[in-house]
This record gives sequence, C-alpha cells and structure tokens, in this order.
Amino acid sequence: MATMAFRGTPKQERELRKFIQAHKDQPGAMMPVLQEAQGVYGYLPIEVQQIISEEMGVPLSQVFGVATFYSQFSLTPKGEHTVSVCLGTACYVKGADKILSAIEDRLGIKAGECTPDGFFSIESCRCLGACGLAPVMTVDGEVYGKCTPESAVEIINSYYKEV
Amino acid sequence: MTMTLDRLTEIKQKNEELVLVRKLVAAKAEEMAKHTAYRKQILVCGGTGCTSSGSKKVIDALESEIKEKNLTDVLVVRTGCFGLCALGPIVIVYPEGAFYSQATPEGAKRIIDEHIIKGMICKDLLYPETVHTDGEILPLSKTNFYAKQMRIALKNCGVIDPENIEEYIALNGYLALHKVLTSMNQDQVIDTVLASGLRGRGGAGFPTGRKWAFCKSTKGDIKYVCCNADEGDPGAFMDRSILEGDPHAVIEAMAIAGFAIGASQGYVYVRAEYPIAVQRLEIAIKQAREYGFLGENIFGTGFNFDIEIRLGAGAFVCGEETALMTSIEGKRGEPRPRPPFPAVEGLFKKPTVLNNVETYANIAQIILKGADWYSSIGTETSKGTKVFALGGKITNVGLVEVPMGTTLREIIEEIGGGIPNGKRFKAAQTGGPSGGCIPSVHIDTPIDYESLSKIGSMMGSGGLIIMDEDTCMVDIAKFYLEFTCEESCGKCVPCRIGTHRLLQMLDDITKGKATLEELDRIEELAEHMKVSCLCALGQTASNPVVSTLRYFREEYIDHIVNKRCTAKKCKDLLHYRIDPDKCKGCTLCARNCPVNAISGKVKEPHHIDVNTCIKCGLCMQNCKFGAVFME
Repeated sequence: MATMAFRGTPKQERELRKFIQAHKDQPGAMMPVLQEAQGVYGYLPIEVQQIISEEMGVPLSQVFGVATFYSQFSLTPKGEHTVSVCLGTACYVKGADKILSAIEDRLGIKAGECTPDGFFSIESCRCLGACGLAPVMTVDGEVYGKCTPESAVEIINSYYKEV
Repeated sequence: MTMTLDRLTEIKQKNEELVLVRKLVAAKAEEMAKHTAYRKQILVCGGTGCTSSGSKKVIDALESEIKEKNLTDVLVVRTGCFGLCALGPIVIVYPEGAFYSQATPEGAKRIIDEHIIKGMICKDLLYPETVHTDGEILPLSKTNFYAKQMRIALKNCGVIDPENIEEYIALNGYLALHKVLTSMNQDQVIDTVLASGLRGRGGAGFPTGRKWAFCKSTKGDIKYVCCNADEGDPGAFMDRSILEGDPHAVIEAMAIAGFAIGASQGYVYVRAEYPIAVQRLEIAIKQAREYGFLGENIFGTGFNFDIEIRLGAGAFVCGEETALMTSIEGKRGEPRPRPPFPAVEGLFKKPTVLNNVETYANIAQIILKGADWYSSIGTETSKGTKVFALGGKITNVGLVEVPMGTTLREIIEEIGGGIPNGKRFKAAQTGGPSGGCIPSVHIDTPIDYESLSKIGSMMGSGGLIIMDEDTCMVDIAKFYLEFTCEESCGKCVPCRIGTHRLLQMLDDITKGKATLEELDRIEELAEHMKVSCLCALGQTASNPVVSTLRYFREEYIDHIVNKRCTAKKCKDLLHYRIDPDKCKGCTLCARNCPVNAISGKVKEPHHIDVNTCIKCGLCMQNCKFGAVFME
C-alpha cells in the first residue's frame, strides 16, 4: 500500500500536546496518550510519534515499540469506512471465514488493507463478545449480526449507495 | 459528603420496592408494585448482544409511545444482559414478568397499546417457551434456560439499571463494604474469602483468599488492587456482561480488596473492544465517588480508595497478569518471569492483587451471606458458581451461571436447548486458545476445575463453544493456533517459534501434505513448549492440538492418510464433482468455469477434472439442478 503524505493540522497538534501536558505526570501515561493521539489523527504516523516522544521526554524508539506492540494502534491511515469481521471462535464456527472472503472479494483487497480510493478498509478483529449474534461484522462500530456472505456484501454495497 | 449507614439505608429503602418488583413472582410483585410510583416497569436489555440487535430502537419506540400516550406511571429501564442473547432484543414487563423476545419497534408499540394500556399481553410476541399450551404465562425462572441456573455473579444483571447507583444500593449494594470497614479487620476479611473457597475465575483457579493473604503480608507502603477485564478468549463474554450489567459489584469488591491488603488505588484494565462496558464503568465510578464509596474517608472510617480505568489496545497476551501490569505501566505488554509474584512485586514494582471481573462479582455476597453459605455451593474442590458464555452450535446462545459440578449435558441439553438443525453433538471447547475440547463420551462429567483438567481441558475464563458434526477438529485446532501464533508477544523463543511450527504442521495436515510422523512431532513440540515457555500463553498454546489429538486422532489420521476431511471443512482436501444422475448437460457450469476444467457434451452428464479445478465453487453456484457436490 502506498504511504500517504502526513497531513496533520496545527489544531490537531495543539490538541495532542495539550492532552500530553495534562497527563504526562500520571504513572503509565503512554497508553492513554497513544490512544488519544490515534483518536485525534486516526492513525499514528512517525510524525505523531515524534510529537509524543518530544512532549513526554522519552526516546522515539520507545514510543514506536509500544505503538507497534498493540494491534489497535495503526501506523498507516485507515479508509473512510472500516469494516471489521469478527473472527472469534463462536463466529468462526458459524462461518466467519466465508464472510471475510466475500467482503475481500467484493472490495478487491485483503484484510488489513485499504481500497485504493481510500473509501473502505477491511480488518479482522478479535471477539466482540456479541457471540449470540454470530457471525458478526461491524462497519464503523455499527454491529451487524447473523451475517451471511450475501448480506455482508449487501451491507458493503449500501455504503457505496450513500455516496 | 461522607456516606453513613443511615443514608445508605435510606437510599435502599427508597428504591427497594421498585427493584423488588422485578425479583418477585407475579402475585407478590403485583402487590409490591402498588407501593411504587410505577404501575408497570418495562426492562429492556442494553447489553452488547441486544444493542447490536437493535434494542436502542426498541427503547426509543417505547419511550416515544409512552410520552405520546402520556403514561406517567410506566417506567422504562435499560438493564444489562439477561443472558439469552440469541433471542435479543429482550423486553420484560413487570410485575407480570412477561418476557418478549426478538422485540422490534413495531412490537414495542403493540406492547404499549395492548399490554400496558389495555392489559392484554401480546402472547404472540412472547418467548414461546414462556407460553404454556393452555395459554398461561410461565415465569422466566421456570423456563429450561433459567431453571437450572443459579445467579450469584450475575444476580443483578438484567435486574437493575447499571447506570443508576441507587438501584444497586436497593439490592444491598455497598452494605458489604460498610460491614468490612466498620466491623471487620483485614485478617477477618481475608479469612472469610479464604473460607468461602472462592477461586480465581480468570482460568487458573488460584484461591482468591490466599492471593490476598500473600499480598497483605508483603511489606510495602504502597499497594495496588487491579481488575483484569481484558477478556481476550474468543467466545467468552462473561466479564463484559458483568461490567455492563452490574459495574458497582466490581467497584465495591475492589474497595473491599483494597481494605484487606492495605491499598488505596485500584486499576481496571478493560479491553477497548468493549465500549459499552467501559462507558458503564466510567459512569459507575463517577457515581460511586459522588456517593462517597470511592475517594477519601469512606464511611467516615479513614479508609481511602479510588479506581482508574485503563484501556487495552488489542493484545491477547495482556490478559496474563504480569503482561497486564506492564501494559498499565505504559510499556509493551510483555510478560515477565515469576517469581517475584505480583503479590510481592506487581504494578509499578509494588505489591499488587489482581483478580478477574467475575471473581470480584462474588465478593460482596460472600461478605454479606458468609463463607459457609458460599462454600455450601459447588463441589469438594470448586466452590460457588461459574458463569459460562455458551456459544457455537447451540440453540440458546447466551450467558449462563450454574453451580460448580453441573454436568456438561445439563448445560447443553437442558439450559442450552440442544444442538440446532437435528445435528449431533461432537465436542465442547472450554478455555479458549489455552483450553481443550471435551468429546461426547465425557458429556456427563460434572464441571469443576479438577475434573476438566483431568480430561485434558480446563475451566478457563468461561467460554463454552459447542461443536457439532460439521466441525472439523483439525481445522479448529488450527484456528486456535493461528490465534496464539498471532498473539504471541515474541519475547520468548519457545512460544514465538513453537506456535509457528505447530501451526505449520497443522496447516500441512489440512492440506494433505503431512505424514504420520508429524503427529509425533506435534506431541513432542507441545511437551517442550509446556515446560519452557515464559508465560501461560505459550505453555498452554498447544492444548487445543493435544486435546483434539487425544480424542479425535482418527480424524487427524484420516486427513493425513486418506486425505479426507469428513466435516468438509478443509478446502484443500475437497473436490468438486458432478452427479451424473442429476446433471442435465445444460453446459452452464462449463461455460462459467474460469479454468475450463469441466468437459461434456450438451445434454450429457459433465465431468470436472480435479487436477485443473481451482475450487472456486462457481459451478456449484451456477448449477440449477444441484448436481455439483463436494467430497
């Protein structure tokens, strides 16, 4: 995937620096700071990690180390919409793998990738705990339960219709 | 303002009747309802399952209808999980206890118009099991799903509004904290928990009281109480449901633990995948502070305690206790060797007690009802109840709490309602990626910590996935290995490389590329990983393979020798074929085949060349006569 140029705004930077100043003295502030930064920018490019390193007074390598350890932190930008297919056991037993491949086929990309137009990205995620509705997928946090490969593709299509 | 017993009692009395209407059987509940400001109470599940099924729209419809009809004596309460997630959204109307399943906004309108206003229960919308053949409505407690359950950890889930602290207080909330702070010393608290026989519900089953005693006896000016809500086992959602349905039970228990070990700060480490749980917990902590159950000088006793929430960021290994604490410290969530145990050197290198959500949910009631009461429930070695998240190929998917010693058969056939679509039970999986499977021969095993480990599985945190004959055991083992392989933090070699090698071998088996020696190698490697991995993730990673190999060895051999997957799950071992009796020779399949693997003349049976076929499945999709099949 081509890397996109970093397009952070001064407003975003002010927001992040303010948050860090308010929290850097509490013990174990790194995780909340990274979570906030991802909330502000949508992802954690090296430029953002540099701001964190500078503001918190810790080496960039350490920031990078933490940011790359956790699967929720993304170093690459996400699509405008994110579809996430639950691959927890309950969903898997009920055919989540077929849902994922149907979506991959529909969008022409694999899990972890973003469509070239930046509209959709696909993720596979860990158990959402909505096992009663297995198999489950979410689009931008909205949960769709009891999916079939057909209904999953239809849900994806509905986002294209909205445009 | 400092909380006092008088004020606590006052709040309890003010709300008691309102909440008790939901706990009593119909006749008594109706009598009780007369003492409250509300003629009817409509409870709607706001847990993750029902919210995903659209319970918010149901609540909106109920509320707008109530407003429109100006029904001031009807209360809508959004609760936590009722347990029967597959039938959500769930709506219960009290005092009758009418249980509506799979509610819709249209149904909600009817409930208001017909049931609430005209007094005619919409029987066609009720959960069918609650309607007796003669038309009478059964209480929920009499249905198969609930009859065998015993709710301790889940006692308030689906009963109270989790965002209203006064409803928690109404059912004896924070009385245990008062009792501990005003009439017990640290040792008495620890002894009570110890005598109750409560063991860690996160999976390992370490006696909770002993953990507390270790930590109390460690010298240190600062100590911490942590709550493990990083429920990472796929298919397990007990902890999430408790946090969503009864967050104060966890807060109260953490404060009690804080008093017992001498800590004044607590941390709850929650998965970020659980937004509703996090939000309810935030609200609950805020309310607990306002009411003086958290903060300084609690109940005027000089005891200080507060709680902070820390969010996980998607790393399964952080469910391991040392990794969890490292993550709270803001570092890469890697485990470290024990000893030193957290009770000696834990969070920020201070003595720390770390318990699981469900463990905490039992504490207040042990304090109130006594150790004898708790230890009278369960089996010889495992006391109390256990919450299971029942999922997979089972009719009643949901949350169940049963006394230890209940058999798997009771859970599957009675509570769970059996396997759907007339399929046969094949195995149950407990303990997630660290656990193993229980085959049908052991279906009558009474479930407790010891019995499960004896048959090669483990209690785990409570995920209970039911599998039927369509499940391929090799594929399931591979699924779990893919999980642990991806989640291995990479710090120790046996886990990082071991999980990869195990996965590779399993992958070869599912592709028909393995030999029988592979099975010996798997067992040898599993043994090495068990003794040499740094943390439980690696030590237990091989369990799903070892236990399926133990009970379903012939299935592995079938894959290897006959290159056959009878469950028809392993794609590489399957071939598309055309049934010559059904094929009409319409040529549709041949025309759609992207690799021209299908040959045959018009109006004559066609044939698939398995060597050319790429198994895309287009022929099967296109055949109008159902002539294409897999074997």
